[in-house]
Amino acid sequence: MTVELREMVLHAVGVHKAFDGQPVLRGIDLELYRGQIVALIGSSGSGKSTLLRCINLLEQVSDGEIFLGSNDITDPRVNQDEVRRQIGLVFQAYNLFAHMSVRQNITLALRNVKGIPAAEADMRANALLARIGLADFADSYPDKLSGGQQQRAAIMRAVALEPQVLLLDEVTSALDPELVGEVLELIRDLKSQGTSIIMATHELSFARDVADWVLFLDQGRIVEEGPAAEVFGHPREPRTREFLTRLLG
Amino acid sequence: MTITGGPAQLSEVEQGRRAFRHQRKQRSTLVSMASTLAFAAVVWFALVKSPGWPRVHQSFFDAATARAALPQVVDGLWLNLRVLAYSSIGVLVVGLTLALLRTLRAPIFTPVRLLVRAYVDVFRGMPLIIVLYLVGFGIPGLRIAFLGRVPAEVLGTVALILTYSAYVAEVFRAGIEAVHPSQRLAARSLGLTYAQSMRLVVLPQAFRKVAPPLMNDFVSLQKDVGLISVLGAVDAVRSAQIEVSHFANFTPYVLAGLCFVLLAVPTVRLADWFTARLAKREQAGGVL
Repeated sequence: MTVELREMVLHAVGVHKAFDGQPVLRGIDLELYRGQIVALIGSSGSGKSTLLRCINLLEQVSDGEIFLGSNDITDPRVNQDEVRRQIGLVFQAYNLFAHMSVRQNITLALRNVKGIPAAEADMRANALLARIGLADFADSYPDKLSGGQQQRAAIMRAVALEPQVLLLDEVTSALDPELVGEVLELIRDLKSQGTSIIMATHELSFARDVADWVLFLDQGRIVEEGPAAEVFGHPREPRTREFLTRLLG
Repeated sequence: MTITGGPAQLSEVEQGRRAFRHQRKQRSTLVSMASTLAFAAVVWFALVKSPGWPRVHQSFFDAATARAALPQVVDGLWLNLRVLAYSSIGVLVVGLTLALLRTLRAPIFTPVRLLVRAYVDVFRGMPLIIVLYLVGFGIPGLRIAFLGRVPAEVLGTVALILTYSAYVAEVFRAGIEAVHPSQRLAARSLGLTYAQSMRLVVLPQAFRKVAPPLMNDFVSLQKDVGLISVLGAVDAVRSAQIEVSHFANFTPYVLAGLCFVLLAVPTVRLADWFTARLAKREQAGGVL
């Protein structure tokens, strides 16, 4: 058997975050390898979203380091806009720009961040929308789309920038159960294309299916981590077992 | 308005409902028309039967004086319109700049934010007429050589911009704050800079939200341009005043007032229409 040379895309070391003295993250270590999916599971308030926002630099860490490739992105001297462009974030509530058509939502950053000419940006957006079956909705405004359609468009808005890492923050939590499937299908599709993903999720069975590595967070700490099959199949910690029984039955 | 829609063959129940609604609507239209007429009649009667009416009629509503004063008043109104154009552009630029300065959060901008706040406090609190006096007589009093002799209408425009920018800055700030923070976060998460997310995402949405109150301020500015007459600028109000002393009759004031009303009506209607359209889009459906 040959040793697989895996490239580490993102590496968090001892990340702490406190809001007004209230600790939310207490020393999180995380490794993401190219083309893999790391799933963050845990109850609400366990720090999953905060961790994602720290990685995207929407929040400033209180301590610890986060490396994108070999660059420490928590260094105050880095260009934060440059870093965010390489780390896509998809929100629970989609957050599509309400005053723009679906296509404009996708082309906005292509044109203004990457400097791609309008015509080419439009072509790329059309191709991405065709890929998720929303070509007919390119000129529609977000409020005319279903939640699942909006969320898939929001994922494509982030993917369009070809980020090194894609962060998904409970992207199915706001959706009707019947619309969850189409979004999960898209995530599976992205993984098969080699996108590196960190996802906070309550969809445990989906996490068990697609995730390469699972972190179980509780009160800002990693209680247990390991390959998906192991954490779901043979949880070692009582807290993990309790959580899984409660959600999976 | 007839009620349409529904199946081709209406059920008896629906036909009955429609007949009842139609009848009730006709009755309420009749009642409101009758009460309006009655009210107008009472007002008219009280006016015409008052002991001083013949004199008031003669000195405020004299057709001959109105005709004679009309050219001068309209000439003056043209000056008001030009002042209105320059000051509304000035107000938008200065107001938006003030609002943007006030949204800057970084600690180094604290003095700037405090200055903007002080500016807004002062100019929202100070009566426009006093600002007009201070600017109109104060700036020329400085005798700054390169300014030369500044015309009264220019000084009036400056005073209007100073006062109205303070109001409009607050309107813009409210609009910026009314755009949900998640929109800004989404923009920043894509790598857009603060300035880009403001310009491309927040401001376009803020503008839509504040269009009705902005138009309201515009209507208010439309009539306040008449105040530059206190500085001696020969606008509609000042022209009317000259004609009033010429004819010893107040009709030119009424005439100038009517001119301003006519000017305001289209803007007010536009503002109403726009507000109604926004409301319709935001709360679709429902009969209430």
